[in-house]
Amino acid sequence: MPQQPSTVLIIIPAWNEEVTLGGVVAEVQSRVPEADVLVVNDGSTDRTSHVAREAGARVLELPVNLGVGGAMRAGYRFAERRGYEFAVQLDADGQHDPAAVPDLLEPLRHGQADVVIGARFAGVGTYTVGRARRGTMWFLSTVLSRVSGTRLTDTTSGFKACNRSAILRFAADYPAEYLGDTIESLVIAARSGLRIRQVGVEMRPRAGGTPSHSPVRAAVFLVRAMLAMVVALTRPRGAVRDRSAA
Amino acid sequence: MSGYGFAVVACAVVAAIIFGLLRTRKIREKYAGIWIALAVANVVLAIFPGLAARVSDLVGVTTPVNLLFASAFVVLLVVCVHLSTELSRIEDQARTVAEEVALLRLDIEDALGQSRTGTPPDATL
Repeated sequence: MPQQPSTVLIIIPAWNEEVTLGGVVAEVQSRVPEADVLVVNDGSTDRTSHVAREAGARVLELPVNLGVGGAMRAGYRFAERRGYEFAVQLDADGQHDPAAVPDLLEPLRHGQADVVIGARFAGVGTYTVGRARRGTMWFLSTVLSRVSGTRLTDTTSGFKACNRSAILRFAADYPAEYLGDTIESLVIAARSGLRIRQVGVEMRPRAGGTPSHSPVRAAVFLVRAMLAMVVALTRPRGAVRDRSAA
Repeated sequence: MSGYGFAVVACAVVAAIIFGLLRTRKIREKYAGIWIALAVANVVLAIFPGLAARVSDLVGVTTPVNLLFASAFVVLLVVCVHLSTELSRIEDQARTVAEEVALLRLDIEDALGQSRTGTPPDATL
């Protein structure tokens, strides 16, 4: 445990990520030593929790698999209750470079934003997507840029930093639906008056698993993304709670 | 046995099964109610078959049986949608409970770790 109470919590949702998780946690700790690391084990059937503890992270162990959105809300609730000022969410597969965390926190610390997205820019690294999927992502970015009032290029990025207001908002309402953790959470943030910014980050190839490019999957992605967005945009608005630390 | 007699017996069996489930608490009253109400409605129609004909005349359906099929379809659709919303609500509750359990488990681990090692508690706690 750090002697100085940390104000930054790094939340890593993990589902059967024993292969990559240890390295990711270790890297986060060396790059962002002032932050506490929380791994949310989303009902894994492998040694995810064990690996995370060995690496020195705290582990929030969900008894059943809830999906990324469920794991993230649990993480935000932890951040809310323990009074963290900032929370950064990062994938367990090693795609997000922990070295970018300070860049993401910068606008938050200066009060310029409430939510900062680490956006993967095309052409950097080996991150590629199929044409159909890219089209969908472009469309999502266009609509969400309008909703949030700022230019966003990568709205499906799971690399995000939040300040206290956003933590309180997301602890109350973080959808467990497909794409709810990215698209809908942005809509929720924007519509509750939180300011969203994006910061460019380099994308690294994932350390395990392979992305899929089949046209059927691209079509399913398109339909589900559209549904998620329409539902998110037409939901009743929620307000930011101005409750102070839990 | 006439078709009407068969309908009455079938409804009685359904009602008995539902009642049995209620007694053993395998079904909640709010879900059992709809099935018992439908069984009663069926019995009424079986005893007074003229009723179906009169109602279909009233709403302009030529054959009473078509009215019965159509209304049965609508009722089942409504029940299915209702069950889907109930299931969604319950999934949401399960999610909240799971999160709460995880948070409490971590609280306990922290508390136990503290008392064992005697180190000062996490300052943000």
